[in-house]
Amino acid sequence: MLRIAKEKLNALYAKINESMGLFIPVKRAGEVNYEIWKEGKEVSLETLKTVKSPKNMFFPSTENMMKFKTEGKALEIVDVRDEKKPFVLFGVKACDYKAIEVLDKVFLADPVDTFYQARREATTIVTLACSRPEESCFCGVFGIDATSPLGDATSWLDESYLYVQANTEKGEALIALIKEFVEEGGDAEVKAQQEKTTEILKKLPFAQLDLSRFKPENLNELFEAPQWEELSEACLGCGTCTFVCPTCQCFDIRDFKTHDGVIRYRCWDSCMYSDFTLMAHGNSRTTQMQRFRQRFMHKLVYYPSQNDGLYSCVGCGRCVNKCPQNLNIVKVIKTLGGKKND
Amino acid sequence: MQEVTEKKEFTPNIVAFCCNWCSYAGADLAGSSRLTYPANVKIIRVPCSCRVNPTFVLKAFQQGADGVILCGCHPGDCHYVTGNYYTRRRMALLFSFLNYMGIEKERTRVEWVSAAEGAKFSEVMNDFVKTVTALGENKRLTDLRVKEGK
Amino acid sequence: MRDIELKMIERAKALLESGEVARVVGWKKGEFYFDPMPAVFETVEELNDFVYNSFCGANLSKYLIKVSKNPGKTAIFLKPCDSFSLNQLFKEHRVIRENIYVIAIECQGKLSVEKMKKLGVSAITEVNENGEEIVVSSLYGETKFSRDEVLLGKCETCKSKVHQVKDEEIILREMQAGKKDRFEDVEKLEAMSEEERFTFWREQLSKCIRCNACRNVCPACSCMKCVFDNPASGIAAKANDDKFEEQLFHIIRAFHVAGRCTDCGECSRVCPQGIPLHLLNRKFIKDIDGLYGEYQAGETAEGKTPLTSYNEEDGEPSDVFKGEEK
Repeated sequence: MLRIAKEKLNALYAKINESMGLFIPVKRAGEVNYEIWKEGKEVSLETLKTVKSPKNMFFPSTENMMKFKTEGKALEIVDVRDEKKPFVLFGVKACDYKAIEVLDKVFLADPVDTFYQARREATTIVTLACSRPEESCFCGVFGIDATSPLGDATSWLDESYLYVQANTEKGEALIALIKEFVEEGGDAEVKAQQEKTTEILKKLPFAQLDLSRFKPENLNELFEAPQWEELSEACLGCGTCTFVCPTCQCFDIRDFKTHDGVIRYRCWDSCMYSDFTLMAHGNSRTTQMQRFRQRFMHKLVYYPSQNDGLYSCVGCGRCVNKCPQNLNIVKVIKTLGGKKND
Repeated sequence: MQEVTEKKEFTPNIVAFCCNWCSYAGADLAGSSRLTYPANVKIIRVPCSCRVNPTFVLKAFQQGADGVILCGCHPGDCHYVTGNYYTRRRMALLFSFLNYMGIEKERTRVEWVSAAEGAKFSEVMNDFVKTVTALGENKRLTDLRVKEGK
Repeated sequence: MRDIELKMIERAKALLESGEVARVVGWKKGEFYFDPMPAVFETVEELNDFVYNSFCGANLSKYLIKVSKNPGKTAIFLKPCDSFSLNQLFKEHRVIRENIYVIAIECQGKLSVEKMKKLGVSAITEVNENGEEIVVSSLYGETKFSRDEVLLGKCETCKSKVHQVKDEEIILREMQAGKKDRFEDVEKLEAMSEEERFTFWREQLSKCIRCNACRNVCPACSCMKCVFDNPASGIAAKANDDKFEEQLFHIIRAFHVAGRCTDCGECSRVCPQGIPLHLLNRKFIKDIDGLYGEYQAGETAEGKTPLTSYNEEDGEPSDVFKGEEK
């Protein structure tokens, strides 16, 4: 175990920033989100949950894919991919790290999404263990240990130090880069913090959610469940839950007319929107109940049935915190999940 | 010093929404009377100044306009009787709001120009272009993608 | 608060049992004390989950657009601010007065969990209200707040505690309007330079994720199809593509509800990124008040709004900036 004194962190960020981009939770106008680090920005590693998850770094909310230029009758297609400079993603929590695994299975499966892949390969992920989980957290339900996330390197934070440990070659390389800031030590402190956090994790109100009924063989039964009507009653059809979700991966492809051509870009889409499944013949999902059901069935049944039982919810609890009307996946799990939820 | 020279070279893009019955005819008269107004004023003819949805104004800025001006019949003279009264309220609120968002207030203007006021049309446009030229390029309310490759 | 809740349940029960109404719109229990959600109750049994406490900040009136289309009368519990929104919906013929039974309820200002968390509390398990004192228990200990400290932003500047429409009321205690002037923050912005204002809004709007929560929760946003969802409009967009889109969306939205926005504050309550969206709407309200005479949307269910009427003596658009020349 290695450690870095907290007051040296800014110098450390600057050092990383010399040769690589650094994405880190930054406070801007009162809210904390991942941003590219720059001298003077207010880094906030203490914040448990960034509003937007770090998925933004691999799968940005909007991204140019190509450009069309016309001159006379000639049409030129321009590759607008920017060069992928290596970058470090710093401070990823265990749930968000697991979410990247969920996204990998979608974007890196055949056919590979090369935009995503390029970013993924250029990144060194430094995870950060949680020490103050909150009531909306339930990552444990999905088998995630918030006290010891993986990634290229893992870190722990306390009042005076940031402790780090490399897990991969990329992680080793990063630590070699910042070796002037690190010193040996911290095993005992990290262990003590982990034990303390584990105790709190056990006490969290959603720690015992029962997922046992969310299995592919129950697909039809769950789909037809009469409770969906009531569960979705208050849904506004906004996209807050999907946009703050670390695993939601749907996007739309659109064109934008520029001064001298057209930019084709993709942007996040949400299954909560009325035009999400709109096709030439009309829409296959016409009610908000159907859209609502789609989102949770996808997280808890469809996705796992195609990915060896891996749920595409990681229990980060962002939707629990952010839904304008307090609807969320926990209510769905409690209503339709296994008997132990009663 | 250098900045001053640069500003002098800058020719703004001006979008002028002109109502069909008064201001567009006013522009015509300006032309037939050989009164000049800058060539960078692009006129968009609308049936009534009241046809101008706030979205049009924003869209113009998005597409690279540096100033937007609305011209209509004098209040009381609207071909549709009351259209420009609504324009007056809408644009007063919209322009005040844009300024509240930090958009320079000199970039937007409403002027009443009748079909007989060719001279006024030319004066108004010359003055507006001068004001916007002094202000420089619109950077606060524009879409960078549109300007790409320019 | 509990006494009001019991009275509300009693009334809802009586109304449903007598068949006077087919359904009641209210709030039901969430996972915690502090996360109730809007709900439609159609049977007496369902009322077992009914709840009314200091976290029922949601404005229920918009749900009536959909719910009241079903056969039978709909009863709804409305706080004073929500009653403005319903009146405005009546005015716009989105909801028919005859189909609605309004029960006016007491509101002492609603509380914000988000604010408690920003003040350092996390892992909240319980909240207890002892009048002005709010006791929050969490896995990390107990914290006490005064009501004012953790009041929802929209309640700090509460404009009125008078219901604008009601058929009956459940009000047991006197209610007080907000302590803060609602135009104070608008004036602060107006006093800044253009540059400073631009920077302020750029910082704020750069956080926008275009989730549309502000639009979808807004009772004044009652279009069947929003221009931003309509590909034929030329301005439809999903996630923000450029800083311009953020400005466009919020300017057009604020303009579209100008003169109709009752200042219920839901937009700012629901914004996941904490953007003070109400300051956009309030600028319009302030300008309308100043230029065309004081006007409060939702005060009446009839008459024209400032933007659908005019006065021959109205000032010129350029007059707006007169008097502020430095």
